[in-house]
Amino acid sequence: MEYGEVIGTVVATRKVPAWSGERLLRVQPTDAQGVPIGRKLVALDITSAAPGQRVFFVRGREAAHVLADVFNPADAAIVAQVDRLEGVVTESPGKAARR
Amino acid sequence: MRLGRVVGNVIATVKHPSLHAQRLLLVEDENAEGELSGKLRLALDVVDAGEGDRVLVVDEGNAAAQVLARGRGPVRTVIVGVVDEVESEGSASRAARS
Repeated sequence: MEYGEVIGTVVATRKVPAWSGERLLRVQPTDAQGVPIGRKLVALDITSAAPGQRVFFVRGREAAHVLADVFNPADAAIVAQVDRLEGVVTESPGKAARR
Repeated sequence: MRLGRVVGNVIATVKHPSLHAQRLLLVEDENAEGELSGKLRLALDVVDAGEGDRVLVVDEGNAAAQVLARGRGPVRTVIVGVVDEVESEGSASRAARS
């Protein structure tokens, strides 16, 4: 499972039936300080996360397992909203200075 | 499987039921020489690893399901061992952070 930040929502009225009623969010993978790493992606969301929130998401076949009907084409899914991380520096020096 | 270092603890209230009542640790990838890569993973812990431990991590759903002794779920990263020492091509690196 990987760490990232929700950066937006995706609205798709027509989608595969297995996804009806489910939320799709844009996620930017980041390091612990929130610095982007790699490509943005769209992930299924079962935690009702909102833009700006730090989340953990899972990639691959396991992503489809967040839904009761596992026969869906998800390749990424948010599995947890992060309240806080302990033990690591979670704020970049630049961000702290701007406050 | 890959080598990693437990760098922190994760507190998450809202999560998928398959993550409930599980120890969630933050693991950073590490090479055989003990250099951290910056790549973070959230892993379930079944071996009582702690912060600063060097660990062995599986990142694959079927292996995770077997280790956790349950059906497939949205879980693929599990800490399956605490590393004492790694030897490669004559050099050995101890698990303890110097």
